[in-house]
Amino acid sequence: MTVRLTINGAERRVESPPDTPLLYVLRDEVGLNGAKYGCGLGQCGACTVQLDGRPVFSCLLPVGALEGRQVRTVEGLGTAASPSILQRAFEEEQAAQCGYCIAGMIMRAQALLDRVPDPDEAAIRAHMQANLCRCGTHMRILRAVRRAATAMRSTVSRGTAP
Amino acid sequence: MNRAVPRRGLLAAGALIVGFSFSNRARAQLAGGGEGGAGPPVTAPHLPGSLRSTPWLDAWIRIAADGAITVFTGKAELGQGIRTALLQVAAEELDVPPSTITLVTADTERTPDEGLTAGSHSMQDSGMALRNAAANVRLLLTRAAAEGWKVAPATLATTGTGHVRAADGRTRPYAELAADLSLHVEAVPDAPLRSPAEFRTMNHHLPRLDIPGKLTGAQAFLQDMRLPGMLHARVVRGPSVGTRLRDPAWAEVAATPGIVATVRDGAFAAIVAEREWTAITALRRLQDTPQERSGPPLPGMDPAATLKALPAREITILEQAGPGGTARHRVRARFTRPWISHGSIGPSCAIALFQDGRLTIWTHSQGTFDVRRVAADLLRLPENRVHAIHVEGSGCYGQNGADDVAAEAARIAVAVPGRPIRLQWMREQEFGWEPLGPAMVTELEAALDERNRIISWRHEVWSNPHNNRPVDAGGVLVGGEVASPFPPPEPKPIPMPEGDGSRNSNPLYALQDMHVVYHFLPEMPLRVSALRSLGAHLNVFSIESMFDELAAAARIDPLALRLAHMEDPRARAVMAHGAERFAWSSRPRGDGRRGCGMGFARYKNLGAYCAVFLEIEAERETGRIAVRRAVAAVDCGQVVSPDGVRNQIEGAIVQSLSWATQEAMAFDAGQRLGFDWSSYPILRFRDVPDLVEVHLLDQPNQPFLGAAEAGQGPTSAALANALADATGKRMRDMPLSPARVKQAMGAI
Amino acid sequence: MKPVWRHLLIAGLAGSVLAAGVALALAWEPAIGRVPRPDPAGFDPAIVARGATLATIGDCAVCHTAPSGAPYAGGRALGTPFGTLYATNITPDEATGLGNWSPAAFRRAMKDGVRRDGEHLYPALPYEHFTHVRDDDLDAIYAFLMTRRAVDSPAPPNALIPPLGFRPLLAGWKLLFLHRGPVEPVPERGEAWNRGAYLVEGLGHCGGCHTPRNLAGGEQGRRSLAGGVAEGWNAPPLDGSAGGWSIDALVTYLGTGLHSSRGVAAGPMGPVTEGLSQVPAEDLRAIATYIASRTGNAAPVPVQERAEEAARAHPEGAGLFAGACAACHGGGAPMLARNRPGLGTATPILAADPRNAIQAVLQGIPAPVGPDRPFMPPFSDALGDRQLAEILAYARARFTAEPPWRDLQESVTRIRKENTRP
Repeated sequence: MTVRLTINGAERRVESPPDTPLLYVLRDEVGLNGAKYGCGLGQCGACTVQLDGRPVFSCLLPVGALEGRQVRTVEGLGTAASPSILQRAFEEEQAAQCGYCIAGMIMRAQALLDRVPDPDEAAIRAHMQANLCRCGTHMRILRAVRRAATAMRSTVSRGTAP
Repeated sequence: MNRAVPRRGLLAAGALIVGFSFSNRARAQLAGGGEGGAGPPVTAPHLPGSLRSTPWLDAWIRIAADGAITVFTGKAELGQGIRTALLQVAAEELDVPPSTITLVTADTERTPDEGLTAGSHSMQDSGMALRNAAANVRLLLTRAAAEGWKVAPATLATTGTGHVRAADGRTRPYAELAADLSLHVEAVPDAPLRSPAEFRTMNHHLPRLDIPGKLTGAQAFLQDMRLPGMLHARVVRGPSVGTRLRDPAWAEVAATPGIVATVRDGAFAAIVAEREWTAITALRRLQDTPQERSGPPLPGMDPAATLKALPAREITILEQAGPGGTARHRVRARFTRPWISHGSIGPSCAIALFQDGRLTIWTHSQGTFDVRRVAADLLRLPENRVHAIHVEGSGCYGQNGADDVAAEAARIAVAVPGRPIRLQWMREQEFGWEPLGPAMVTELEAALDERNRIISWRHEVWSNPHNNRPVDAGGVLVGGEVASPFPPPEPKPIPMPEGDGSRNSNPLYALQDMHVVYHFLPEMPLRVSALRSLGAHLNVFSIESMFDELAAAARIDPLALRLAHMEDPRARAVMAHGAERFAWSSRPRGDGRRGCGMGFARYKNLGAYCAVFLEIEAERETGRIAVRRAVAAVDCGQVVSPDGVRNQIEGAIVQSLSWATQEAMAFDAGQRLGFDWSSYPILRFRDVPDLVEVHLLDQPNQPFLGAAEAGQGPTSAALANALADATGKRMRDMPLSPARVKQAMGAI
Repeated sequence: MKPVWRHLLIAGLAGSVLAAGVALALAWEPAIGRVPRPDPAGFDPAIVARGATLATIGDCAVCHTAPSGAPYAGGRALGTPFGTLYATNITPDEATGLGNWSPAAFRRAMKDGVRRDGEHLYPALPYEHFTHVRDDDLDAIYAFLMTRRAVDSPAPPNALIPPLGFRPLLAGWKLLFLHRGPVEPVPERGEAWNRGAYLVEGLGHCGGCHTPRNLAGGEQGRRSLAGGVAEGWNAPPLDGSAGGWSIDALVTYLGTGLHSSRGVAAGPMGPVTEGLSQVPAEDLRAIATYIASRTGNAAPVPVQERAEEAARAHPEGAGLFAGACAACHGGGAPMLARNRPGLGTATPILAADPRNAIQAVLQGIPAPVGPDRPFMPPFSDALGDRQLAEILAYARARFTAEPPWRDLQESVTRIRKENTRP
């Protein structure tokens, strides 16, 4: 069985058996690294990707359910040479230690910023609650999200200035 | 390690090589990162850092004809940023831009063996080696230029761009000079170092090299490696150490399409599949059977009851009689810490390929060379047929499953030769089978005289060994499972000054009448090994809690009591600086809810100095502790990577808060009960401090002091002290969990 | 939240119209004068401690604490189809909380649903139950609340559509549904049972969710604990009509949030069990004793598993289950090796109405703040209505002998829509 879905803007046919969670399809069939295996239980967020703009745990998402749906991973935001605003904010804040959780953190944070351009501290923390970091990089991650929110707002306001 | 050689099967060549490596290892037991791994013997004790065992310059630095510079380190990037810091060191002393250097990390065929990457040793071992090796190389290059130009070397300088410049402005590139120069020479101990005032790279911000890839989905981790023809394996085990599956459906699983092999050797079992998901579903099918206990029952969860019942070997750490005096205040207290999981976010992973009689292992172990030793021993291969390469994994914070999984992948690869085998543990296997950070107990007693001088100090600590790093096959799970099992290693303490359970049990404070005893407990009812900071976590927690208890008894300021007993000027400076940045003297006083506390230690009394100040609010109704502010001051000698140190200390603070407020591995007689993030919760975003600040005290030209673990003890201690300040309740048993805090605080 | 409020508020209207004449005459209540805020040190610590336990049994903090907010400082929004109510600040803050309330004003609020200033309170405060609480217990709760930290935190104004904001209408509702007086003891049932009855019918207000409400939104007295609704979840019957419980099983379930052969507390029951984990063992056992006397001790349905038949009947559901659910609920899952309950024991899967099963997959089970408890990720963003229906149909067929749920996908669609209402 083939499933057709859109990954980072490109339509893609995948051949993995339909019960295979998206995580393994992304990593082992599509060859993307961003989504990580952390728990396989939807508890740590290392596998977080966006599905139709919402943050989801790809480790619990059978690919057979994804016909026609839009998946975005950290690879779809930007590249090392041309990072997205949020990726750049993480870079500027040096918001990683081991970094295993970071792609998931970015995808969850991006989903917040896509909907709420000016989240307050409590809203950011509540939103990020689903994702775990063991190195203790939380303070930098929070700073990076705030920095990105500010940068996105100034981009928008510049863009719409008369 | 006093084994008869060869001890099993007379495999002539292999046994001989293995035998030699044993004798080397015995002499060098503690060279490896100070945490008991193996390491090469010291041959040049007059040199700094790891040059002591690897004095040859070309082992560290090579300059190609085209000017390309390659620098080699036996240390590994664990997410602590060491790759960037070491690059800064090498670039500074070579006086070249960091971007012109290729840095090669731990690889048994390319880099020096620097033992483990552990114990906050990397800057002390490899940083010092690279700094001096690079200074040696720069010296040789300058001398070569001086000879060519027939001028005095003292008139020459380097430019920062890879050139030597004469007083008249002439320059020659390193590449040209290096072409006629052999770097296969031993380092000299006194090659001039660059002056901190002229630093171009060290103590400047250099963004971490590894971060951009991690933010954009590059292949950044061992878990991301995909080799041609790679297969996916899972090991098949019961829920936790000391259990086994009763009747796995082997025949059914072996016949499942996509299963390439089942590997069974004694109690070791694994499945190998074309696809990862096939391997996982097969594993679940095999685990769908009752489990039973194969080892002795587990003890009770109470650390004091369990540990103090174990047979102990008494080790005197410190015995210093004092004049004594009349005690006005005397405090006795017992402190405990439970078993703690490393809790790596990414379960351990390894890839192994056995081809043409040679084994290659990609590992994120902290001891790349130990992975080679272990695999050679396990598979009875000569060490020169085993190649271990470090690739980054998820943060480990000590000995998690990395070493086990590397040996397991090797065992599977030998059974399925010719194709790379990628083995990753499942989440519950990491929780269930990794060595835990050992539980510990301390009992302290101290007295203050009428002038508030501490006139006696007793510190006893009970602990299992923290040093169970595998140096042969007996040290990994699979070594005990195969049909001809390997004996487990003999439990050994790490001697002071590094210590293991005893680490930091000798206070840095100038006290009188000091007696410190380590009750070393060789019998391990739970599988344990190194967790970030080893025994320093509880010892510092105990000492620093004791200072506050004494200060409270005498109604004096806890910082003043510390300063009154501290002679080391750098320690005093760190405490004073932290206090100033925290505004300690104008801090909010304990009011039943809010409170402040501090903790201080010099890690191992050898590494970085670290003082942590916390302001907290304890919520009576829920027992939750909210950390409003955390301010740390750190002296780690000459700073190389300022933001790198800050990042490490910030992380140590948050991780230590997680340990101290939430974490304890639960178990019953049959199995560990923590198996996922619901049964072993750690700090999440809602619980981290409002603010964390780290202030560095630079010490130009002082030796590098390891910093990565310096924050663990002081932070947990500061938390207990702040809680006592806030509530008047002294809590001595970690974790200071909401349930315990709520109970201690009572309804009013 | 939604269905219960629909009933309740329609009831407010209906009741008032029915009893209009009497109600308006009775609607007026006097204000009780302000008192200076009592000195916390003036309360007997033993009484405060007793009040702490009682407040926990009464779940005061569950409603009167905003997410991440200070305990008892209010502000938690209760969404309804008719607007939003906000829980009030019950800390002793003088401007925004109970600081100037006298014990008499507090007792009247709890027993009669009247605010200190004489206004009627909405029955979101379950005074139908609190009215049974003894005065000395109310005074202990008062002592507990008045010794909390005063938090300056005004509750946002309620935003109800007119005329529901007109509080005198509530007098009529009370006339019909507020039955004052003590819980009558039954001496021959023993001390634990009577204590349990007092706690369950009074402070514990179990019937607030577990008793069905009539069209006018009042609890149906004759069908006490026969099952109700709460915040979009069904509160299962505790009257024996949906299986029996032993006292020990209830103690374990209520005190830990799960029982290895009885399932896990989900939805609004999660915070209830978090609270009950902190009450004294004898009170917990008393509550269990009374509830068990109501449920009877009939053995639970034997667990069964028919994976192959289920997969034949629901092949798509089987595949989705394998990828989305089996990591926890499938054979060999690590959770099951630790004696966590399997799906075959879970009441939502066994129930005739799929509502709770649907809510569990849509909303998941949030991680608790304090103890280590099971939690479950939500699937509302991950899977569509048809897919969730497939999974649930498969799970029902695999783990139970119950007949298939009908119109499952439509139910998923409807409940998902309910959940997204403000």
